[in-house]
Amino acid sequence: MAGTASGGARRNRLAPYLLVAPGILWLLVFFVAPTITLAQTSLTGAEGGWPAYHKALTSYGTHFFRSFRYALAATLLALAMGYPLAYFIAFRAGKLKNLLLGLVVLPFFTTFLVRTFAWKTILNDGGPAVWLLQRLHVLDAGGRLLDTTVAVIGGLTYNFLPFMILPIYVSLEKIDRRLVEAAEDLYSTPAAAFRKVVLPLSLPGVFAGSLLTFIPAAGDFINAQLLGSPNQQMIGTVIQNQFLEVRDYPLAASLSFVLMAVITLGVLAYARALGTEDLA
Amino acid sequence: MRRFVRWAMDTYAILVLAYLFLPIFVIVLYSFNKPAGKFNFVWKAFSFDAWRNPFAYEALYESMKLSLRVAAFSTLVATVFGTLIALALTRYRFRGSGAVNLLLVLPLTTPEVVLGSSLLSLFLDLNVRTGFSTIVIAHIMFSVSYVALTVRARIRGFDWTLEEAAMDLGAPPFRVFTKVTLPIIAPGIVAAAMLAFALSLDDFIITLFNAGNRVTYPLYVYGARRAAFPPQINVLATAILLLSLLALGATVLWQQRTLRQRGMSVTPLA
Repeated sequence: MAGTASGGARRNRLAPYLLVAPGILWLLVFFVAPTITLAQTSLTGAEGGWPAYHKALTSYGTHFFRSFRYALAATLLALAMGYPLAYFIAFRAGKLKNLLLGLVVLPFFTTFLVRTFAWKTILNDGGPAVWLLQRLHVLDAGGRLLDTTVAVIGGLTYNFLPFMILPIYVSLEKIDRRLVEAAEDLYSTPAAAFRKVVLPLSLPGVFAGSLLTFIPAAGDFINAQLLGSPNQQMIGTVIQNQFLEVRDYPLAASLSFVLMAVITLGVLAYARALGTEDLA
Repeated sequence: MRRFVRWAMDTYAILVLAYLFLPIFVIVLYSFNKPAGKFNFVWKAFSFDAWRNPFAYEALYESMKLSLRVAAFSTLVATVFGTLIALALTRYRFRGSGAVNLLLVLPLTTPEVVLGSSLLSLFLDLNVRTGFSTIVIAHIMFSVSYVALTVRARIRGFDWTLEEAAMDLGAPPFRVFTKVTLPIIAPGIVAAAMLAFALSLDDFIITLFNAGNRVTYPLYVYGARRAAFPPQINVLATAILLLSLLALGATVLWQQRTLRQRGMSVTPLA
């Protein structure tokens, strides 16, 4: 791409900066600056600073822990469901590959909230799921699914499953099939070939998928609000409430900031343990 | 034994796929329900009523119009911004590209509730009244990353010397752009724009914080849990699904055709 004349070369040196400028400025003003304002808001006013953070951690510690617990459970479940499906699409689907990928994302073109309401219909008392589980004696006569931890974690798992499937699919798709054939030629069993060849090569996808599932799940409050009871409330509900209803801005901002800090630290630790090149 | 394991794995994968469609089936089915009360959560009787009057609820109709307008504006801007960033990252080596990459990934690794609430604290701080423009600002903010990363993934590894070849053959810069560059990057841009549009249409959490008194379609649905949840909500959700299906099918066919012409393999959506 080297310019021939010296003027051209100078233009080319500037070109990438001109290209990124509008988008990057937008992100600086509406993503970076707000994060700074958030920190400021949490530190200003009579209630700001230490009192706000103290309250955030003591009064809402259970909400934080619950959110991370639920998000972890949803991530593991999504991995258990998403990996085999991604594997199936990448290795077994043949010509149907593109169709199946389309089918994986298609449900997510209906609105997130409508989807979650549909789960409410499915899990409702007297609905099909409760009826079936009562027949199978998994639930007793008065047993419920709605307003339980199971429903909330189930909803989180469902809503963020494609974020798990797609990155895993991408990393599986990149694997050179000849490596698997080579392993089999060398008398490896299919299980061993999977464990020693396919699985390690797909780890970047598992890494990215787990983050992209865990992070939105930890901050979500819709599943907890629609499918759970107050006993399943997550930290997102508290932040929403404090910002939009109670309007205790220092406390609300400190809660939000703590959530961001914990997740950023978690991402960094996780990246350190597993490597990051394929995150972006 | 080996064949049984394989069969069991395939069956499991297909069951997961079925699970993905379970609520979609319910959404479509309940668009044909004639609920007993105001809430369309329990099956009563089959009916075409809601499909015959999809816009019976004025506020629902207005919310859908608002969502489409927001999505159109934010997709347009975010697609331009994101594509420019992707071009810079794939075509040039420059100081600070690492920082640009980081800035693109960070919004994706930040929970929406944090993005929404920090943006609101900025608007509160600057005394900006939240409404239509703040919703659009927020949607552009979270879409830029998705667009930039999608376009970059699609055009990475492309042979840019074709541009130089065109220039060597005497094509003026504008013609090089329309005849060489644009056809190369167009499928990626279309895919990214569709993603941005879908994300905008669906966004709830960030919008909730920055909507002021405006009501988008997801916000309407959220409010509907208190007042009334008519089957028209399901009709509109089904309509969005059908339109997405058409758009998705059309682009997959188009991409397969253009890529086959160039003898490349096809991986849409990834």
